[in-house]
Amino acid sequence: MSVLIDTHTRLMVQGITGREGTFHAKAAQAYGTTVVGGVTPGKGGTTHEGWPVFNTVRECVTATGANASVIFVPPPGGADAILEAADAGLPLAVCITEGIPVLDMMRVFGAIRGGSTRVIGPNCPGLITAGQAKAGIIPGHICKEGRVGIVSKSGTLTYEAIHQLTKNGLGQTTCIGIGGDPLIGTSFIDALSLFADDPQTEAVVMIGEIGGNAEQDAAAWITQHFRKPVVGFIAGQTAPPGRRMGHAGAIIAGGKGTAAEKMAALSAAGVRVVKSPADIGAAVKELLRA
Amino acid sequence: MKIHEYQAKALLAKHGVPVPQGEVVFDAADAAGVATRLGGGTVVVKAQIHAGGRGKGGGVKVVKGADEARATAAKMLGMTLITYQTGPHGQTVRRVLIEQGVKIQRELYLGIVLDRSSERLVLMVSPEGGVEIEKVAEETPEKIFKAFIHPGLGLTAFQTRQLAFALGLQGPQVAAAGKMMTALYNAFVASDASLLEINPLIVTEDGSLLALDAKMNFDDNALYRHPELKELRDTAEEDPLEVEASKYSLNYIKLDGTIGCMVNGAGLAMATMDIIKLAGGEPANFLDVGGGANAEQIKNAFRILMADTSVKAVFINIFGGILRCDVLAEGVIAAVTDLGVPVPIVVRMEGTNVEKGKQMLKESGLKFTTADTMAEGAERVVALAR
Repeated sequence: MSVLIDTHTRLMVQGITGREGTFHAKAAQAYGTTVVGGVTPGKGGTTHEGWPVFNTVRECVTATGANASVIFVPPPGGADAILEAADAGLPLAVCITEGIPVLDMMRVFGAIRGGSTRVIGPNCPGLITAGQAKAGIIPGHICKEGRVGIVSKSGTLTYEAIHQLTKNGLGQTTCIGIGGDPLIGTSFIDALSLFADDPQTEAVVMIGEIGGNAEQDAAAWITQHFRKPVVGFIAGQTAPPGRRMGHAGAIIAGGKGTAAEKMAALSAAGVRVVKSPADIGAAVKELLRA
Repeated sequence: MKIHEYQAKALLAKHGVPVPQGEVVFDAADAAGVATRLGGGTVVVKAQIHAGGRGKGGGVKVVKGADEARATAAKMLGMTLITYQTGPHGQTVRRVLIEQGVKIQRELYLGIVLDRSSERLVLMVSPEGGVEIEKVAEETPEKIFKAFIHPGLGLTAFQTRQLAFALGLQGPQVAAAGKMMTALYNAFVASDASLLEINPLIVTEDGSLLALDAKMNFDDNALYRHPELKELRDTAEEDPLEVEASKYSLNYIKLDGTIGCMVNGAGLAMATMDIIKLAGGEPANFLDVGGGANAEQIKNAFRILMADTSVKAVFINIFGGILRCDVLAEGVIAAVTDLGVPVPIVVRMEGTNVEKGKQMLKESGLKFTTADTMAEGAERVVALAR
């Protein structure tokens, strides 16, 4: 078992002929993912690295039976690519693109919330189900099949957590990078509720950062609904207020969204919050042993 | 991106927002002429810096006539203004706005921001203007009124009426406020703003509405489609090293500590700052070299790190996913050889081709301290920086 992607995933790539799209389509295929083809407008009818290329997402879905799309298009076209994936009825659209204007994403979510497409991202590393499939840029070789789920706003910090788990002899079910933008398709709560229903996931690592109150919302939800052990880390404990720390969403605004406030909320919800990012793996091991 | 008050007012005026008459000057000699053009009566001299709290810091003065305007502008230009937002070093004043004096009946607040939870823009108003809105939200949240704006519908007429009545406006003021709110919303959306604040929005003695102050920030991700806004950037307001870093698409933020950090990924970069602090040190900067950093970029990153004279040691913390550790090692060796980095360097790398990377550092003949874990690296670099 796992969440969102597995051996039944038929992955297509929006922006498949681009440098990033090509590189990560190959990496996904090498990991064992069924990559069925992709879209680059204007290059429909051609073949790229052995994959069929289509002009539109609809054509690609009809011809290949794709049931998930990973998006590697430049920021000005990012919002439109997500809308096109939703219009084609894809159940899952994973948007890796960093730098999409936030008002574009506001309009996208205004249009597609309540519909049948789940969006992961944007500005995220995507997701991977250990030993089965991946959509995005998380390196497959650091993962190991196991029983811990990961949900994270950050890319490299996700890799760090995976690596620490693996070193502690713990494998993963699915690792989901939800993204560091102010507006994202899948929240901590969405990911946690998927993990709640997955029997193979026995514990979850949740990695947040400064900015907004998604972590506080998740803490409230965990108190009410989540029964599996959670280890939490919040990046940006030393970040100065009013500065955007790399991610568009990582900013303490008007004194709100600090790491301290998020860590307190998660602790109060029974989450094992580690102060040091180096302690994530050991903390999970301890919780699972108990 | 931030802009000055006078620039925000000019932008808003184009969208039909009523603002006081005024002109910016860079030289005190021009201040008298502006005061005369404004009628020679009472004018307000306002320091233009990218930080709030200017009034309390002595950056806003009400004066009478051309001579006083010139004298006040002369005092203000070149002064270091320290406010709660500038930090202890303050900010040098290089431009002042000379504006017509207006008689104030009431001070209100208006702001537009993105509300992440509802995924909508929210227009907030309060009858408590002229003070920090965070304080109002904290102490008297019932005095803040909000309208959540549907992205498809935009700001509706009934929403503007609700807010106008909540502010206690009457008669023709309600329609005027509606017009002003709509103009502000349009300006926000048209320029991809990330924050718009009018504090205070005033009711003048004759009952009309005026944006007495204006603050606007913009979404950096949308600047590609706003060349007119890019021109408003004032790099004198930014840290020189941050300006330099932005030329190479490096995400760099200068901090006050002694340990230079070079990390890939924003989350890991923040976490690296955190772990340095836990080990008893202080980070000198936030630096995300990105997922696909090449040798050239690593060299530029080193140059910027080392230009900060308070850096006593450098911590390189890289998790090689896409970025391979051998490529990183090559870049670090080339940069250190070229630039002759005079401080200790601690390298912690993990991930793709890590063994090869470590081997290269070892065989380079240069003096690197290596660490196997983040915690170990942080402890070593903190010890070396002492």
